[in-house]
Amino acid sequence: MVNLEIDRVSVRFALKGATVQAVNDVSLRIRPGECVALVGESGCGKTVLASALLGFLPGNAETSGSARLGDVDLLAATDHELATKVRGRQIGLIPQSPASHLTPVRTARSQLEEAARILGGDADQAAERAGLLPEHLDRYPHELSGGMAQRVANALALVGNPPLLIADEPTTGLDRDLVDGLLQEFRRLVDEGHAVLLITHDLAAAHQVADRIAVMYAGRIVEVGPAHEVLDHARHPYARGLANALPERDFVPVPGQPPLLTDLPAGCAFAPRCEQATAICEDRPVLTDDPHAVACHLPC
Amino acid sequence: MLSGTGITAGYRGPVITDVSLTVHPGRTVGLAGPSGSGKSTLARVLALLHKPFAGTVEIDGETVTGFRFRARQRTKIGVLFQQPRLSVDPRFTLRQAIAEPGGDRVDELAELVMLTDDLLGRRPHEVSDGQLQRACLARALALNPRYLICDEMTTMLDASTTAALVGVIRDYQTRSGAGVLAISHDATLLGRWADETVRL
Ligand SMILES: Nc1ncnc2c1ncn2[C@@H]1O[C@H](COP(=O)(O)OP(=O)(O)O)[C@@H](O)[C@H]1O
Ligand code: SF4
Ligand SMILES: [Mg+2]
Repeated sequence: MVNLEIDRVSVRFALKGATVQAVNDVSLRIRPGECVALVGESGCGKTVLASALLGFLPGNAETSGSARLGDVDLLAATDHELATKVRGRQIGLIPQSPASHLTPVRTARSQLEEAARILGGDADQAAERAGLLPEHLDRYPHELSGGMAQRVANALALVGNPPLLIADEPTTGLDRDLVDGLLQEFRRLVDEGHAVLLITHDLAAAHQVADRIAVMYAGRIVEVGPAHEVLDHARHPYARGLANALPERDFVPVPGQPPLLTDLPAGCAFAPRCEQATAICEDRPVLTDDPHAVACHLPC
Repeated sequence: MLSGTGITAGYRGPVITDVSLTVHPGRTVGLAGPSGSGKSTLARVLALLHKPFAGTVEIDGETVTGFRFRARQRTKIGVLFQQPRLSVDPRFTLRQAIAEPGGDRVDELAELVMLTDDLLGRRPHEVSDGQLQRACLARALALNPRYLICDEMTTMLDASTTAALVGVIRDYQTRSGAGVLAISHDATLLGRWADETVRL
C-alpha cells in the first residue's frame, strides 16, 4: 500500500466575470493505517478537493499541483485511467448526499452486486459490514431512509476493498448509534492498514476516529496535527474558535462570515474575523512543516 | 401555547401513536429519538403541514381544524428543515427567498442572520449550506411566528454556524416570547440549547 501525496493542489472555477478560488495550495499526506479528518465550515472547499482527487470536477474547473497515489498522478490521469484503475479499486468514495448518487430505477442489491462483479468484491459481505439487512437491499433508492441510503453508499465504496477511502460527510443525518457504528468501521479499516480521508464538518466525529485533523479555511489548510492537539490546543485562531463553538464547549460562534472565494484578501484570509490580526497579517502566512503545523503569524 | 394531544399520525400506517407534547411561549423544548421514531412526522403535524389520523393540535388556546392548505394559523408557526437546498426555490435569489412569505423587512431580517448584501443577490447554488440555512431562518422569522419548529436544522452545519443560528433564535425568543421546538439527534446540542428535552 502507498501514501496519498497531495502536493500544492489548487482548484479554480471560471465563472462569468469571476474566478472562484475553491482550493488553494493544499498539501497533505495520508499514509496507510492512518485516518486524516479534513474539517471546516461548509463551502470551504472540502468537497472540491475530494472531487479533484477522483476526476469528478466540472468542465469549468482548472487544477494545478499534483496528487500522487503510488505511480499515478490523480490530477494528470485520464478519465479512462481513473475509471478502470483508480475509482472503486484504489480509492473508494462515499459521496456527499449519497441518496442522490444512487441510480433511482435499480434496487440497492442490483447496484451493489454490479459493483462487486466489476471490482471483484463480495456484495453480501460488504452489505453486512455496512449494517444492511437483506430486506433493505431489495428496496429502490427512494424507499430508503437517509441512514439506509448512507449505508448503501458505504457498502458500494467498500465492496472493491480499496486501500484508500474518501468519505465526504458520511455521518450527516445519521443517529448517534449509526455514527458510532460507521466510525468504528472506519477505525477497523484503518487498523487493517487502509487509509481514510474523512471529510466532515462534525468535529466530534473527527475527534472520535481521526489520527490527524486538518482544518481548512477559505480553501487553505490553516492547521494540521494530531487530532487531540488540534482540538484541545488549537494554534490557529480559526481552529480555536471552531473548537470552542462546540455545544460541549463555549457554544459561541466565530464572529463574522468567511470571505467570498471570488474575492480573497491578499494576506491571511481569516484576518477580517481575527481578533489578533495586525499589520503583518497583510502578508499571507505559510503553513509551517512541523508535526503540528499552523499557517498564522501569531499562533495561539 | 402550542400543543399536540393524543396525536396518532403517519403515512400509510401510523408512525407515532398517542403522542402529546407542549411548547410554552418563550421556552425551548428539545425533541430527541432515533431516526424513524417519528420526530419529523410530529414536527410536521405541529407545523400544520400534515394532518394526523387522530388527536388535536392547539395554538394559543384555539383548536386547529384545518391542516396544510386549509390551515388558517399556519403563519403563526415558522419551520426550518435539515436540508435548506430542498426548501428554497433554486431560481430565487436569497433576497427573493426571504421575501417569499410577504412583508418588506428583508434587510432587517438579513441583518439578523448576518447575510451581507452580496450574498442576498446570489442563488442557492452559489452559497454554502450554512449561508442558505441563514436565509431559511430569516424567511421563517419574516412573519413573526409565535412558534418556531426546527427539524434537524443544524445537521448540515459546522459548530460555529450552529452556535450562530441558535444565538439568532434565542435573541428572537427574548424579543418576541416565541416558543421553540428543537429536534435533533445530537443530545449534547439539545442539552445546551433546550430548557427541557422529550424523547420519542
Ligand atoms: N462548479 C462550480 N463552479 C463554481 N463554484 C463552485 C463549483 N463547485 C463548487 N464551487 C464553490 O467552491 C467552494 C467550495 O465548495 P465545496 O468544496 O463544496 O465546500 P465544502 O465541501 O467544504 O462544503 C464553494 O464556494 C462553492 O460554491
Ligand atoms: S495570520 Fe494574523 S489574521 Fe491570520 S489568523 Fe494569524 S493572527 Fe489572525
Ligand atoms: Mg462538502
